[in-house]
Parts: sequence; C-alpha cells; structure tokens
Amino acid sequence: MLRYIARRLLLTVPLLVGISLISFLMMHMAPGGPIGAGTDLNPKATAESRARLKAYYGLDRPLHVQYGRWLGRMATLDFGDSFSPDGRPVAEKIKERIPITLTINVLSMGLIFLVAIPVGVYSAVRKGSLFDRISTVAVFTGFAIPTFWLALLMMILFGVKLGWLPISGISSLDHESLGAIGKLADRAHHLLLPVLLAGFGGLAGMSRYMRSNMLEVIRQDYVATARAKGLPERTVVFRHAMRNALLPVITILGLSVPDLLGGSVIFETIFAIPGMGQLFYQGVMSRDYPLIMGILTIGAFLTLLGNLLADVGYALADPRIRQG
Amino acid sequence: MKESAGMGRGFARRLLRNRLAAAGGAVILFFFLVSALPGLFSSHEPNRIDIVNILRPPSAAHPLGTDDLGRDVLARVVHGARVSLKVGFVAVGIATVLGLLVGLLSGFYGGWVDAVLMRFVDMMLCFPTFFLILSVIAFLEPSIWNIMAVIGLTGWMGVARLVRAETLSLKERDFVAAARAQGAGDARIILRHVLPNTLAPILVAATLGVAGAILTESALSFLGIGVQPPTPSWGNILTAGKDNIEYAWWLSLFPGLAILVTVLGYNLLGEGIRDAADPRLKGR
Repeated sequence: MLRYIARRLLLTVPLLVGISLISFLMMHMAPGGPIGAGTDLNPKATAESRARLKAYYGLDRPLHVQYGRWLGRMATLDFGDSFSPDGRPVAEKIKERIPITLTINVLSMGLIFLVAIPVGVYSAVRKGSLFDRISTVAVFTGFAIPTFWLALLMMILFGVKLGWLPISGISSLDHESLGAIGKLADRAHHLLLPVLLAGFGGLAGMSRYMRSNMLEVIRQDYVATARAKGLPERTVVFRHAMRNALLPVITILGLSVPDLLGGSVIFETIFAIPGMGQLFYQGVMSRDYPLIMGILTIGAFLTLLGNLLADVGYALADPRIRQG
Repeated sequence: MKESAGMGRGFARRLLRNRLAAAGGAVILFFFLVSALPGLFSSHEPNRIDIVNILRPPSAAHPLGTDDLGRDVLARVVHGARVSLKVGFVAVGIATVLGLLVGLLSGFYGGWVDAVLMRFVDMMLCFPTFFLILSVIAFLEPSIWNIMAVIGLTGWMGVARLVRAETLSLKERDFVAAARAQGAGDARIILRHVLPNTLAPILVAATLGVAGAILTESALSFLGIGVQPPTPSWGNILTAGKDNIEYAWWLSLFPGLAILVTVLGYNLLGEGIRDAADPRLKGR
C-alpha cells in the first residue's frame, strides 16, 4: 500500500511542474506582460518607473530564471499583490474567502450523496419500473438544466413570490445582534438555496453513475451466489451488491472538485456570497491578473489533490487496484 | 469483416426507431430552422428599443413580454438561437479537430509522442475548465469569437483520450496489418483505416459536446463575459432577468427554457447515436 501511495505521489510531481509552467506562461502572455495592466492605465507610470518595476520583479532576466523565481514563490504560496485598490497580498485575500466556499461545497456534496445513492440503487434494483423511468427522465432533464437558470427561478419563487428565503448574501443586516443559535439559523436560512442548487448539478450525474455501478455489480457471480444461498433480497442488495457498487463513488468525490469550483463562481455571483468564486469573478471583471493566476493555480492544485485522494482512497478500499 | 461498434447498416434505422433520440433530433432541426429563418417566428426587431413598453408581461403583441429596454423577448430568444448554435458548433469543431489530431498521433505512434501528448492532456485536465475559460477571457476581450475559441481550446482533452483509446485497439487489428502488407504508409492507414472506425464515438462525444458548449456559453454570457449586448444570446437575456428579478419573471423563464430544451435535444440525440452504434450499451 505504501509503495502504491509513493508511486502515485511521484506521478503528481511532473503534473505540478506542468501546472506551474502553464500558469507562468499564461501570465507572460497577458497583454502587456505581468505588470502591464498595473501600469498601462496609470498615467503616472513613466517608461522609467516601468523599467524599475520590471527590474524589481526580475522581468528583465531570462525566462528560465524568471520561471525559477516564480516556482519558488509559488512553493510558499506567494502570488504577489492584488491589482485592486486595496493592493493586499493575493494569498491573504484567497485565504479569507475559502472557508465559505468549502462549506457550501461540502454541504452540497453531502446532499448529493444523501439523495443520489438511494435513487441510483433503487432504480437499478427495480430496473424498468415506473420509478426507474421517472428518475431517468429526471436525470436527463437535470443534465440539461442550466443551474444558474434554476437558481433564478428558485429566487423568483421562494424569494420574490413567497418571500420565504433571502436571495442574496450570507447573513441578515441584524446578524450581529442575534444570539449564537440565531446566528446559526440565520446563516442556514441564507445558505439553503445556494447549497440546494450547488448540489443539483451533481445530483443527476451521481444517481446515473450509481445506477450503472449497481447494474454492473448485480450481474456478478457472487451476487447470484448470495441469492442462490437463499439470502433475503434485502441482504443481497444492501450487504453484497451495494457495498461494492459504492466503491467507485470515492473516485467521483475526488473528480468532482473542478466542477464544484467552477460552479461556485456562478452561485456565489448570483447569490452575492463572498467566497472564492465571487472573488475570482471580480478578479476577472477587473483584470486583476495576480488574483486570477493565484486562484487558477490553487484551483488546479485542489483538483490534483482531489485526484490523488480519489486514487489513494480507492486503492485503500479495493485491493485489486493497488495490486494492478 | 464484422464491426461491432460502427455506423454501418441498420444504424439509421436503429437511431430513428429510438423515440427519444428522434425527438431530440426534431428539437435540433427546429432550432436550425429558427436560426435560419428568424423572421418566420417573430416579426419584431430584436434590438428595437421601445421606452413606452418597458418590462411588459406576455401579451398578444409581445408573446413573451418585453425587457428592460422595451425590446421584444420572443424576438431576442429567436435571434439568440443562432448565437447558441454557432458557438456550439464552432467550439465543438475546434475541440474535435484538436482532439482527433492529438488522439490519433498519440495512439498510433505511442512511445514518447504518446507520453508527451498524454502528460500534456493530464496537465490541462488539472485546471478546472470553467476557471481556465474565465482566466483566458480575462486576458482577451469577451466576444463571440473568443468564446468559441476558448471553449474549443479547453474542451478537446476528452476527445483526445477517447480517440487514443480507439486507435490503440484499432491499430492492432488484422485489417491494419493487411493494409500495411499492401504497402500503405502511416498517413494512409491513419486516414483510411483508423479514422473512419473512430467516427461513431466521436459523433457521440461531439453531439454531447455541443450541449456542453451551449451551457457554457450561456453561463458566460449570463455572467457578462460572453456574448456582449446588444447581440442577443440566451445567457445575456437571463442577465436582464436577474437584474429585474423582482418585476419580470418572464425575462428569466423563457430564455432558460430555450436552453433546457436545446441541450436536452442534443443529449438525447447523442445517447441515441451511442445506442444505435453499439446496441450492447443500451440502457447503461
């Protein structure tokens, strides 16, 4: 097992180098180069001060030297200072935004599992039944619904027409005056719609995936053996089939990181949630290159980490993988 | 020679017999027609501003209501169909050509060519696609051409892996050995013997890819970094819907329905092509 993990870790090294190389090159291809946007629009920036800035950031050195320096800074999570008026370090800005994004994604992930696994298992066990057919139609519709549109409709229904749920922000104006429980309830009230909708996107894929895993497993000999032994159908389905059908789900957990991150840009923008996705969107709109590259690099890093955890987790759960 | 996965005899018949796939195809044809002849579906100008009739709910004169500038929503949705179609097809065209090229070279030559290309694919896949698209657009100007290029250039990796896997197994087949024995060169083997046999899975991927590209374009336009107003796109009409969410539900409802139906159409057709090309996979 340790050997498998070591080998898997070694495989990520070239990928890490590749990610950093692509990020570095993108930064250099930016119009005006890495400092262009910060100085081009600034009437006070003379050619001389621009040259000084270039020297300061080492941009007058050969490309490979610059890459080495960039790599060194990335290793310490130093992404430079934001171009926005506050000019704070990018790493600091990202750090304060990550918790809320993670909270929403973890909650919606939990929701996906809670709903998709039973739906997938039941559809597979009762293949061709009314439930299976309805859930199949629902899955196809789910794949095709733009979630930001669903978000708008939910906001209109629950926020505007019914007035049950707030449609923006993560806390009410009087949040600070509430007690501990009141604060929690207020937060939950604000996060309900975003979490539901963030989970919606993954729901269709996950239940479909669970269904086909289950169909695959149910055909296996050992399931037939379990039935032949006269075990009750419940035991066969839940103890024998489902446990193995659940294994590949670990992989999905890791592989859904990029989709969740992409989705958070849309949700946080729609619901005005101050997370990493909204920060990224604001960065894109104001062409805050250090911020964009910082979040892009962190996003790639999280994706890599997700893949790694998925593989290791799967190997831990399934001995066939680590021997193969 | 009997091909299990292919688009030979019986393919069209199997495809048409699949009611869901046929329905998907009908939806796609309908939107082709809408894009080709928008005048047939709405007599209004999509960009004519009418200050007197701002944010009017659906009525006989404006079946889907008007937006915050008094423009007819039906006309904008109808003209937006062309944008979606264009983005979907061009983006997927770019992704498919790139993916084919990388996949064929990688699978056919193997060795270091394969190693280099596939590691590059792995690297590209590490970047969350939506993040990557947004970053590139931040460097460029948001415009319909840039959107198409960026969606295409960030969407070829799946096709490449698919084509590589197909090529790996195809190049070991007897008919390739036979062609080589007859003196065919690499180019001829790739183009005449390997490529045609990868068409079915590519067609499936491309059809599903159009759906994905349309969704991505609408999300980008919705965020204001895709197709720029006044050019109508389903996504940017929804932006107006969000801005007027408390007054005008029709601005949010109808463009989204158009996206939903279109994407559903491509997905159903894509699944149908998969089943028709390889009936063994049916119902999976």
